[in-house]
Amino acid sequence: MSALDATLRKLGAMTIDGVWRLGFAARFFLAVLRYSGQSFLRLPLTIREIYFSGVLSLLIILVSGLFVGMVLGLQGYDILQRFGSSDALGIMVALSLLRELGPVVAGLLFASRAGSAVTAEIGLMKTTEQLQAMDMMAVNPLARVVAPRFWGGVISMPLLAAMFSAMGIFGGWMIGVVAIGVDDGAFWSQMRASVDFRYDVLNGVIKSFVFGVAVSWVAVFEGYDCHPTAEGVSRAITRTVVYSALLILALDFVLTSFMFRGP
Amino acid sequence: MNRATLDLWVGLFVTLGFAALVFLAVKVGSYSTARGAIYSVNASFDNIGNLKVRAPVKSAGVVVGRVGRIKLDKKAYRAVVRLDINDGFKFPTDTGASVLTSGVLGEQYIGLDPGGDEGLLKQGDTLQITQSAVVLERLISQFMFNKAAETPASAH
Amino acid sequence: MNSIASNSSLVRLDGVRFAYGEREILRGVDLTVHRGQVVAIMGGSGCGKTTLLRLIGGQLRAGSGKVEVDGQDLGHLSTRAMYAMRRRMGMLFQFGALFTDMNVFDNVAFPLREHTKLPAELVRDLVLMKLHAVGLRGAQSLMPSELSGGMARRVALARAVALDPMLMLYDEPFAGLDPISLSVTGQLIRRLNDALGAASIMVTHDVMVSLELVDYVYFVSNGVIVAQGTPEEIRKSNDPFVRQFVHAETDGPVPFHYPAPPLANMLDGVAA
Repeated sequence: MSALDATLRKLGAMTIDGVWRLGFAARFFLAVLRYSGQSFLRLPLTIREIYFSGVLSLLIILVSGLFVGMVLGLQGYDILQRFGSSDALGIMVALSLLRELGPVVAGLLFASRAGSAVTAEIGLMKTTEQLQAMDMMAVNPLARVVAPRFWGGVISMPLLAAMFSAMGIFGGWMIGVVAIGVDDGAFWSQMRASVDFRYDVLNGVIKSFVFGVAVSWVAVFEGYDCHPTAEGVSRAITRTVVYSALLILALDFVLTSFMFRGP
Repeated sequence: MNRATLDLWVGLFVTLGFAALVFLAVKVGSYSTARGAIYSVNASFDNIGNLKVRAPVKSAGVVVGRVGRIKLDKKAYRAVVRLDINDGFKFPTDTGASVLTSGVLGEQYIGLDPGGDEGLLKQGDTLQITQSAVVLERLISQFMFNKAAETPASAH
Repeated sequence: MNSIASNSSLVRLDGVRFAYGEREILRGVDLTVHRGQVVAIMGGSGCGKTTLLRLIGGQLRAGSGKVEVDGQDLGHLSTRAMYAMRRRMGMLFQFGALFTDMNVFDNVAFPLREHTKLPAELVRDLVLMKLHAVGLRGAQSLMPSELSGGMARRVALARAVALDPMLMLYDEPFAGLDPISLSVTGQLIRRLNDALGAASIMVTHDVMVSLELVDYVYFVSNGVIVAQGTPEEIRKSNDPFVRQFVHAETDGPVPFHYPAPPLANMLDGVAA
């Protein structure tokens, strides 16, 4: 009886805690949007964050994109040539990258490279009372610290995903056309005939934008909300990576079911 | 990090990002269904087989549009297919539509056979002459029945 | 008489209560700070003195009672008005809280750049003046990670007075300083206060240094003010709490033991 009681209490506490945190995160999101004006009026602040989120993630994104594309080239060729349609390699590489792998893998890499760094930075600023000091100097930390980091991430993410996809298609082309010997003309023309700008390319960009918002939101929230100790910051970083990954995959399913449903 | 270097890197980053987007838009994708540049006509079929939304609409083998929507006419039990045809392609009012298959097992598409009428199709028109999909199972069973019917006849 | 007192008072707390959830931190505090005064709030760790400082800085709002700064009730200020009020306050955090991604110069220039549209040369002159006042003009291009604890606190002090505040708040300004830095910091607090014509409130448990430089002392224990007076009065006081604090006796009104049942009971296994 008392064991059941305790379990129920624990479950109740966890539920209330979870809902409370979610509500707080939502309010935090609205507050960040409200104070976003400054990060656009004072562009250098945001440009600085695009450097830290975007430019510093560039290398890992380009290299990963190349390798993912090369693997797609190898696997795609192996499967397609069984059906005698290795000419369709370009379609396969391009569609898998544009619709799924580009936004999703770039999002996951972005969360672990840039998202964790943002959480760590904001968390450390909180731990060392820098955010409070700023608040006492009548400078709103949401406007000065959080909003630029949020928008830096939101702006960087679609660009990174596009570069990932472009690099991947190049990798697939290198393996398929240069190494294996699929016809160059067939590779590109089949791809162009089947890939629709609005349906495939633009939907991929929309996905990567949504993922950028999700990851940046989680990253700044976890940093801002972390327990102000060394342990608290390290936990917040872990949570950023885990929650971002889960959010990306869940949102990907939702978006895909809206965007690419059949008749 | 000094301000000018930072700006330079971010400028480079944004340029590269947009270059990638342009590459994806121009080199990888094509604007087959740019919005606003289409007109829609309806065609009803007894059977559309495996035709899907977004299947190509072709005339003489050239893609001129896409299948926009498929629904069932609840009174006549016929499939009503909306064809979104690019504005650049005009067809006579007596154009016929048929559900065709590319190759033996390939994807299905709509083929348009232009007639000789003077008037041109407009937004919202309905095609009068349609030909349904060839369903392979029916074709085979028909063939078998014919064979079965033929054999005793030839024995006589 | 009364009106004169309220005119020269800059900070007034009137029956202030505050609780974190159900844990009551302050149970009715009255306190007055006049212009030109340096006031120390003393007490053991966790007695609520940092909370008191946060209330005066407007980072926390009182559960009941009134916190008045320069005649304005902080409980009824909008966010915008609160920020306007904070521009006239400076706060020194325990470990300085310097922005780690900026060098010393940019740290001190931060409030000037955020709140004024002064030309760059004027900002530079002002920053150098403030840094000169704390004796660290030569350290202007160092990063916070390259500074010692005492130097970081002096830079933070220069940053806190950048906008010439009317009220300075110090959170444990002496914690973790070596004797030399300690007396340097103490001197600076007094000198800056007199130069600015401001009022200063510092929360500390460093009795000896504080009694040297402050004008008035409040002792806080268990969320109420238990004793107050000028340094002379405090030194002569016979109040057991004050005596324990000033002479650093281990036991007295502030018990050595955390509340617990008698040891004998626990050893016998009576109490669970």
